[in-house]
Amino acid sequence: MRVPLSWLLEYAAVDPATEPAEIARRLTAAGLEVESVEPVGQEISGVIVGQVAEIEELTEFKKPIRYCRVNTGSGEQHVICGATNFAVGDKVPLAMPGAMLPGGFEIAARKAYGRISEGMICSAAELAIGDDHSGILVLSSDTPPPHSPFTGPLNAPSIGEDFVEYAGLRDHVFDVNVTPDKGFALSIRGMARELAIAFAAEYTDPADTGLPADTDQVSADVYPASIEDPTACDRFVLREVHGIDAKRPTPLQMRVRLARAGTRTVSLAVDITNYLMLELGQPLHAFDRDRLQGPIVVRRARPGERLETLDHVTRDLDPDDILITDASGPISMAGTMGGLATEITEDSHDVVIEAAHFDAAGTARMSRRHRLFSDASARFERGVDRELPLRASAKAASLLAALGGGTVLPGCTHAQAEVEPVSVTMAPDHPDKVAGMDYGVATVLRRLRQVGCEISDDPGSAGAAPLVVWPPSWRPDLTDPNDLAEEVIRLEGYENIPVRMPRATAGRGLTPQQRLRRTIGSALAGAGYVEVISSPFASVADADRLQLPAGDPRRRAPRLVNPIRDEEPLLRTTLLPGLLRVLNRNVGRGFADVALFETGLVFLQRPGELPVAPVPPVDRAPTEAEQVKLQAALPDQPLHLSVVLAGNREQSGWWGPGRAASFEDAIEAARDVLGVSGVPFDVRAAQHEPWHPGRCAALYLESGQLAGYAGELHPRVVQAFALPPRTCAAELDLSLIEAAAAARGPVQARPVSGYPVATQDVALVVPADVPAADVEAALVAGVADAGEGGLLEAVRLFDVYTGEQAGEGSKSLAYTLRFRAPDRTLTAEEVTEARDAAVAEAARRTGAVLRGGS
Amino acid sequence: MSAPNKSFDPVQVATLAPDEVQRMVDAALAAVAAAADLDELKAARLAHAGDRAPITLANAEIGALPPAARAEAGKRVGAARSAVRSALAARQDELETERDARVLVEETADVTLPWDRLPAGARHPVTTVAERLSDVFVGMGYEVAEGPEVEDEWYNFDALNFPPDHPAREQYDTMFVAGPEGSAANNPAKSGVLMRTHTSPVQIRAMLSRPLPLYVVSPGKCYRTDTLDATHSPVFHQIELLAVDEGLTMADLRGAITAFVDAMFGEGLRTRLRPDFFPFTEPSADVSMECHVCRGASTRPGADPCRVCRSQGWIEIAGAGMVNPRVLVACGIDPDRYSGFAFGLGIERTLMIRHGVTDIRDTVEGDVRFSRAFGMEA
Repeated sequence: MRVPLSWLLEYAAVDPATEPAEIARRLTAAGLEVESVEPVGQEISGVIVGQVAEIEELTEFKKPIRYCRVNTGSGEQHVICGATNFAVGDKVPLAMPGAMLPGGFEIAARKAYGRISEGMICSAAELAIGDDHSGILVLSSDTPPPHSPFTGPLNAPSIGEDFVEYAGLRDHVFDVNVTPDKGFALSIRGMARELAIAFAAEYTDPADTGLPADTDQVSADVYPASIEDPTACDRFVLREVHGIDAKRPTPLQMRVRLARAGTRTVSLAVDITNYLMLELGQPLHAFDRDRLQGPIVVRRARPGERLETLDHVTRDLDPDDILITDASGPISMAGTMGGLATEITEDSHDVVIEAAHFDAAGTARMSRRHRLFSDASARFERGVDRELPLRASAKAASLLAALGGGTVLPGCTHAQAEVEPVSVTMAPDHPDKVAGMDYGVATVLRRLRQVGCEISDDPGSAGAAPLVVWPPSWRPDLTDPNDLAEEVIRLEGYENIPVRMPRATAGRGLTPQQRLRRTIGSALAGAGYVEVISSPFASVADADRLQLPAGDPRRRAPRLVNPIRDEEPLLRTTLLPGLLRVLNRNVGRGFADVALFETGLVFLQRPGELPVAPVPPVDRAPTEAEQVKLQAALPDQPLHLSVVLAGNREQSGWWGPGRAASFEDAIEAARDVLGVSGVPFDVRAAQHEPWHPGRCAALYLESGQLAGYAGELHPRVVQAFALPPRTCAAELDLSLIEAAAAARGPVQARPVSGYPVATQDVALVVPADVPAADVEAALVAGVADAGEGGLLEAVRLFDVYTGEQAGEGSKSLAYTLRFRAPDRTLTAEEVTEARDAAVAEAARRTGAVLRGGS
Repeated sequence: MSAPNKSFDPVQVATLAPDEVQRMVDAALAAVAAAADLDELKAARLAHAGDRAPITLANAEIGALPPAARAEAGKRVGAARSAVRSALAARQDELETERDARVLVEETADVTLPWDRLPAGARHPVTTVAERLSDVFVGMGYEVAEGPEVEDEWYNFDALNFPPDHPAREQYDTMFVAGPEGSAANNPAKSGVLMRTHTSPVQIRAMLSRPLPLYVVSPGKCYRTDTLDATHSPVFHQIELLAVDEGLTMADLRGAITAFVDAMFGEGLRTRLRPDFFPFTEPSADVSMECHVCRGASTRPGADPCRVCRSQGWIEIAGAGMVNPRVLVACGIDPDRYSGFAFGLGIERTLMIRHGVTDIRDTVEGDVRFSRAFGMEA
C-alpha cells in the first residue's frame, strides 16, 4: 500500500520534524515493512496561485490558443496556454519563469505563437497530481464542508500564495508491504495507530471523528435492504444523499492524496468512497438511486444469473458468489466490484451509499473465481472492521452532500446478523514463554491495550489467573494466545529477545541412504561427470521421441493444471529428456565432449483412475487411514540417477589420440554407482527403449530387482532429440539401490591370507552370443560347486578374441583365475583341480571349450 | 710359476722385487686413471686386477720364496693389490656417478605438460551448498528429513494453518497437478495435489512420523509459477529447520540462527529479526544478517558501494518463527506441552549471497562451466 506520510501524521501526532527514514524504520520494526520511501513534490518550486485577469483568443492557429494575463498578487504575467477549460477570474497554478516542475522540467520565459510567454499554467499531470492533462488545473474556491478532513488549505486559495504549500504537494510516500494477516493496516487508520504506538505519540482514530450525531439512527425512509444469507454478510448499511451535482470537481487536496496513494480520480462520488476506503479501510459503494428497482437483498447467486461489472465484463455467476441484488437481479458483486447498470454517472442526483461487512473467505473465493482483484476484495479477504460500516457510510454521506451540494437523508438502513464476540484466554506469562524473556504482566496488559484489546479482570501485576482478552473489532487476526504474544513481543522489540545458543541434541547423523547419495555424487564427479539440475517438466512429445511403446509406464506422466510453458505440461517420468536437452545446450555452446549426471525425482502416475486427495480436518492429526489416502493420491516419486555422454570420453592430446564415449562408458558409470553402493548386482543384455537394442545393459540387484539400464541410445532417439551421434546414457532407480544398500548392514571384513597366490590363465572358446557375464558366473560356480569356493580369490577377464583362430561364430575369452588358501600354500594338484572344476562348469553351462590346453 | 722353494734356499723371484711390484702398481693406477668410461675401467680391471694380471700372478709366486722372505713379500704384494683395488673402486664410483648424472639429465621430461585426458567432473553447487547447510545442522544434532515434491494440498497448506480461501495461499504461486477428468465441478485444480511450494510440508511429515523431541532439517526442491529470470526460477531449492521440544522459545530460535550464520558466513556477524507473517509460525520473523562482505561499511557516507547487500548493510536470509500451535495440533502434538521453532532459507539465495552467483538461470541451465567452477565443494 502506498501511503503519504502527511496523511499518517494527521492522526499520529509524531513530531513532523522526524526523519522519514526513522519513521520507516520503526514501522518496519513493528511489522509493517516499508519497502521504499519516495520523496514527492520536493523538487517543485516557483509555482504560485495566479488569477486569470484577461484572455485573448488567438485564432490564427490550427488549435485554439489563449494568451492570458494572469494576476500574481505582486504583478502580472502574460502566458500562452493551449487549454480552454478556464475563464477569467479562475485561480490557476502558474509556473513562473525559473520554476521547476516534477521530473526536473524547468520553466523559462520563451517565445510561442508569436508572443512572449512568461511562464506556464499547469495541468494536474504536470504537477504530478494524477494523470489528468485534459486541461489546466482550475482551483476551486469552495468553502470547506462540515465534517471534512480538510480544514485550512481548502479555504479559498489566495493569489500569489505558493502553490506547493497550498496543495500540500511536498510529502513522502511510503510503500508498505502489508502481510495478508494485517487487514487493519490496509488503511491510514490502522497504519497511523501503529505509528503512534511506535513513537508513543497521541493517536486520533479517524473512525471516531467528524461523525454526525445520528450515525446509529435507523430510518425507514432510507432505501430498504435485507440480508438473506447471514454467512455471506453480517452487516449491511445504506444511506442516501439527495440532489447532488455529480459533475462537481473533487477537492484538490483529496485528488493529491488519491494520486499519492496510486488511485485514479474518477468522479466526486467515487473519489469520496475511495478516499474513505484508504483512510478507514472500509470499502464503500455508491449506487444511482434512480437506477435501483425494489428492495435490496444480499444473497448468493442463483443458477444462470449474470452481471455486467464496472469493467464492462459480463460475468456468469457461481452459486457461491455473494451478490447485492434488487428486483432486477444482481447489481453488484459484493465487496469485489459493482455492476455497470447502477453506477453513478454525471447525471446522477440521488445516491445510495452502501457499506457492509462481507464474509472474508466468500469474498476471496469469488474474487479468485472471477480473477477479479479489487482494492475492496483485497481488504475484505484480509478482514475489515465490522464496526466501520455505520461510521464510514456516515462520513461518506456527509462528505458527498457537502462537496456535491446535496442533502443527507437522515438515518440509515441497517441489516445485520448476530455475531458472537471473540475472546482469547491466555496465561499472563504466555508472551514470556514464547519469547524466552520476562516482560511481566504490566507490560503485557499495556501492550495489548495499546493495540485495542479489552481485558477482563485485571489481575494486577502479580496476577497469575488467565487473562480473558477481547481483541478490537479491527483485529480479526487475533484469535490465539500466540497472536497476542506476538503483539507484545513485536511492540517490545524483536531486537530485545535474548539469544540462547543451541545445546547439541542426540542426532543420528545422515542416514545410510543420504551418505550413499553423496558418495555416488562424488564418485561420478571424480570419474569426470558434471552434475546438473535439469528442468523437471516434459512435453507430450518426449515419450514419442524416446520411442516408448504404448503402455510403457513412463507414458503415465502427471499433468500440471497451470504449467509454466504450455508446451511442457507434464512432469518427467524419466530424467533423460531434460538431461539430453542440457547435453545439447552444452554442445551448442562449444563443448563437444560432455559427460553429465543428475539425481532427481521422477513422477509416475499409478495405473487406474486418478485419485482425489482428501483434505482431513486440522483440529487433530490425520488418522492412519487418512494418511494412507493422502499418500495414495500422490504419484510414485522414485529418486533416479542418470548419466549422459557424447563426444570423446577421453580427450586427444599430446599423449595421443582420444577415445570416443561409448556404451561401455555408460555401463561403467552404472556399474560404478552400484559398486559404490556395495550392493551385489549383475549385468545382462537387454532391449529397452530408448536404448540401442544391441547395446543396452540391464543391471539387476541380487534380489532380482531391476536397478536400471545403460548403453548407447537408439539411433532414432538420437535423431529425435538431435543429439550427437552415438550419445550414450544410463538411468538407475536410486531409491531402490539406496534401500538395498541400507538393508545390507555393516560390511563384514574378509580375512587377508598371507599365503602365496597361484595364478591360472584359461582361454575359453564360446559361441559369440554367450555373454561374458555368464561364463564368469559359471567359472565362479564351478569352483564353488567343487567345495573350493574359498580358494578362488578373483576372476578377471583379460582378453577377448574374435579372430580366425577362435573359429566362425565363436569368441575366445581369456581369464586369469587367482587361487589362494587362507591357511596353507596350495599344491599344484589343488590348483589344477579347482581350475578344472571351473572350466568344466563353464563348458556345461555355456559350451565353453578350453583353447590350446594350457 | 716358480717351483716351491723346498730347499729353503734364498732364491730371488724377480717379479716380487719391490721395484717390479711398484712398477705393476704404477701401471695399474695409470690404466685406472686413464679409463674414460665404465667399459674401459672394466678392461683395466681385467688387465691389472684380474686372474691373469701381473700382480695376481706375482702374488702366486710368494709361495716360492723361502719362508723368511714370504712375509715381507706378502705384505708388499698385498699392499699393492689393495692400492689397485681402491683405485678401481674409486674410479668405478666416479664413473658411475658421471653416468647417472648424464642419464638422469637425458631422461628429464617436461612435467608441466597439461593433463586433461579425462575432462573435469564436478558437483552442482546447489547440491553441495545444500549438503553444507545440512551438515551445519547435523552437527547440532539435527537429522535430515525428506519428502515428496508432488504433495497433497493438505500437507502443503491446510496442515500448515493456511485456511482454505485465505489470501496467504495466493502468495504462493502454486502449480497444481491435474486430477481425474470431470471431477470436482470440472475443475482439475481440485485434485488436492500440487507441486510443493516450499519445504514446509516436510515439517508436517516429520511431526507425524517421528518421535518427540524433534530436530530436523529438510533441504529440497520447490516449485512456483514464476517465470524464469535472473532472480526467479519456477524450480528452486529451500532448506528448512524444525525443532519441537519442551520449553523452546524465540531465544532458542535466535540461538539457532546465530549458530547457523557463524558456521556459514563467519563468526561475529549480527543478526536481526523483524516481524513478518507466515501462517505456520506465530510469532513470525524475517531474518537478516549483517553483510558478511562490507559488515555495514558501505552504508556510511562516501563509502564504496557493496554489491552483496546493495549498500544496505543487512542481507535478508531467512523466514522464521515459532511453530504455530495450530500446526502442532494438526500433527497431534500437545501445544500446551511442546513448542517449536522453524526457519527456512533459499539455497539459490545462499549461492547468490555467499558465492556471488548473480543470475539464477545459471543454476538451471546445466552449463558445465557453472558447476566446474565449484568443483567438488562449494
